[in-house]
Amino acid sequence: MSHPDIAAGRRDAAGYAELNTDSKPPLNSGQAVIEASRCYYCFDAPCVEACPTGIDIPGFIGKISSGNIRGAALDILEPNIFGGMCARVCPTEVLCEQVCVRTAQEEKPVTIGLLQRHATDQFFATNEQPFTRAADTGKKIAVVGAGPAGLSAAHRLSRFGHSVTVFEALSKPGGLNEYGIAAYKVPNMFAQKEASFILGLGGIEVQYGKALGSEITLGDLRNDFDAVFLGMGQFGVRALEDEGAELGGVVPAVKFIAELRQAGDLSKLPVGRKIVVIGGGNTAIDVAVQSHRLGAEDVTIVYRRGPEQMSATGHEQEFAKSDGVRIRHWAKPSRVIGEDGHVTGVEFERTRANSNGGIEGTGDTYELPADTVFIAIGQMFEGTPLDGDSLDGDTLEIQSGRIQVGEAGATSLQGVYAGGDCVAGEDLTVQAVEDGKQAAIAIDQYLKG
Amino acid sequence: MADLRTNFAGIKSPNPFWLASGPPTDKAYNVNRAFEAGWGGVVWKTVGDPIINTTSRYWANDHNNSHVAGFTNIELISDRPIDVNLREIKEVKKNWPDRAVVVSLMVPCTEPDWEDILVKVNETDADGIELNFGCPHGMSERGMGASVGQVPEYVEMVSRWAKKHSNMPVIVKLTPNITDILAPAAAAKAGGADAVSLINTVASIVSVDLDTMSPLPSVNGKGSHGGYCGPAVRPIALRMVGDIARDEKIAGIPISGIGGVGTWHDAAEFIALDCGTVQVCTAVMHHGFRIVSDMVDGLSNWMDSKEYPTIDSFRGQAVPNFVRWEELDMNYELLARINQDTCIECGKCHIACEDTAHQAISMKRTNGSRTYEVIDEECVGCNLCALVCPVENCITMYAVENKKPYLAWQDDPRNPANAAAAE
Repeated sequence: MSHPDIAAGRRDAAGYAELNTDSKPPLNSGQAVIEASRCYYCFDAPCVEACPTGIDIPGFIGKISSGNIRGAALDILEPNIFGGMCARVCPTEVLCEQVCVRTAQEEKPVTIGLLQRHATDQFFATNEQPFTRAADTGKKIAVVGAGPAGLSAAHRLSRFGHSVTVFEALSKPGGLNEYGIAAYKVPNMFAQKEASFILGLGGIEVQYGKALGSEITLGDLRNDFDAVFLGMGQFGVRALEDEGAELGGVVPAVKFIAELRQAGDLSKLPVGRKIVVIGGGNTAIDVAVQSHRLGAEDVTIVYRRGPEQMSATGHEQEFAKSDGVRIRHWAKPSRVIGEDGHVTGVEFERTRANSNGGIEGTGDTYELPADTVFIAIGQMFEGTPLDGDSLDGDTLEIQSGRIQVGEAGATSLQGVYAGGDCVAGEDLTVQAVEDGKQAAIAIDQYLKG
Repeated sequence: MADLRTNFAGIKSPNPFWLASGPPTDKAYNVNRAFEAGWGGVVWKTVGDPIINTTSRYWANDHNNSHVAGFTNIELISDRPIDVNLREIKEVKKNWPDRAVVVSLMVPCTEPDWEDILVKVNETDADGIELNFGCPHGMSERGMGASVGQVPEYVEMVSRWAKKHSNMPVIVKLTPNITDILAPAAAAKAGGADAVSLINTVASIVSVDLDTMSPLPSVNGKGSHGGYCGPAVRPIALRMVGDIARDEKIAGIPISGIGGVGTWHDAAEFIALDCGTVQVCTAVMHHGFRIVSDMVDGLSNWMDSKEYPTIDSFRGQAVPNFVRWEELDMNYELLARINQDTCIECGKCHIACEDTAHQAISMKRTNGSRTYEVIDEECVGCNLCALVCPVENCITMYAVENKKPYLAWQDDPRNPANAAAAE
């Protein structure tokens, strides 16, 4: 097969529309009131504790019940300026909804995510800018990265009256919200609308096309600003190290997702017919489902361990399967097979759990045909931009590929804070938002000295 | 199989479920449908000189997403000619001989007016009449309805006229819009009435439209007070029924219970307080006549389970237990108990007790889980925690075996009057 079967235009218009349609449709006002009435308005509510940003969930749901949508939305946005995005992408089934007392009572939690989306959607439709900035402090702060962590920090810092400059390597704000997740989770340009709302506060200048290590250096930022927040995520992509990984058609999943999200016309976006996705996280699910919806015939996710170990939640796995994606467990790639420089298949070795909690190959192998292989085995912190930075003899401590931080994101460098996916911890949007918020509060305290 | 047949002041019906006078009993068409559905009787929508109604007549309030917790109306009596109503009543009664057909009446407060209509009603072969002394809106401004029911002398006078000119049992429908329900009830009895029915609706403003600043229902930007009914008024009705049922002078007069009856369970509560029949309106306006099916077999099944063969076998059984506060046992002690196996850790019992009661429920946090426990020394057995708990039977109240005898407040040493006497 010298011409790999990779082509655009496999679907009709309705098919492409599926890619940009909410996978979870929003509640209408009547549905929201019915669902809100299921909330018991718990005291010391477990859901609040499970939310990394500590949203007063019973409080905002009670406000939906009473028709106080503005109040509900502000109860969400005050602790979590990305409340609209989190309502869409949070794995609520392992956070607030998992511990909802209704789950204990009847295995059917209040749909907190959908209610949060209802309140924030209604509020955003008013185009109100509810937040204001404190008097100008004269302090200047640099934020690296315009993703959830960076913009969360920038917004809070600006509210405190500081002047914020955000340096973003790419040409749009939003980070993974804009480039890294499936379109059907955030249709209708929501990531950009939300970023505009956040930046609409004022006091935040974003400089695009400014990547740490090329256009800017940490040393310069430390010299030019009163404090620095690093929220650049994990820009590096972990690559396959097996034989044949260099073949054409072996593509990082995040690269394809970004292309899809930025494609003006999806019918011009080529996709293969037989696709293998290697990995077990949400990125694997996102790339698999979107490929299938673009018209790929066979899409198979292969993960080296079992369903319980996948970082994609059970809900996400079920969603992918219901969309026609196959998931095979307990196999790892042993080599990528190709012809004329292009992939034609992947050989997998079956795996099993070993006694010390890891996995081992069984020696038994099988092949899956593929014209495209998406690699979704994780992103990693790209440390090189910091190499050779003039930090006046100081060192930015890195541990296990992440920036090492103490309380509220303080790094080993004075005045430099970090949060989001570039530090250790859960790689969740909501956690990144909280990291940015806490670092902003710490920076404000630090500057008040 | 329980026998649901009733004989209420001589009016017989196959079950105690009657439709109250109101829109559902406005004409033969509706009443025929009600009887087909299984209703035991109807009180025909109040007949009198025809009126003109406004548009926009009803409103309701919701509570916690539950529709029609309370209902209000500003409708008046029948808007159809008297002779049309009476002709239909006669025809319906002829076609449904086993069902109770009672005619509600309201005319100006003079004997000739009452005589005139009563003589006509006598020709319908209906089973009884109900004097509408209760309607609190509209008609009361014209000197009828509640404006009669609020003056015991008028109640007695008109009851007497009714007995004089009617050949049927006379039921007097009482208004709750008074301080003491016993006064008009006693007046009805003194006037010779055969029975009372209560409550009529409660004068109310059910809601105000915050955009137009008009009370609801709004008639072109204005609202008048309406008559409130439905589930929200049931406790008020039960208490007034209970007051009459236990009163030494009035007790024994047949009572038809009205006010928020929507299920067999509601009806059984009224019957336990001595009602011989119940009358329903709001619930059928909410759900249709079909609800009588559950009322009939629900009541029958419950009676079977309690081995009550007839309505009379449990009628009034709660009356002796409806006492004055002074007669309650001061030595009775309840404590709350929380079942930790079914607790879902919502914390509602704790915050209710902590903020608003007796700080008698402790809260412990261990490894992310919450434990709520009753502090017996602080618990006063008020029931609040059990009431706010969303899990059935998770919090129960149990009586402490203190082996203390019954002690009324008048004999309680803690009563200051007793302390004074002892000195």
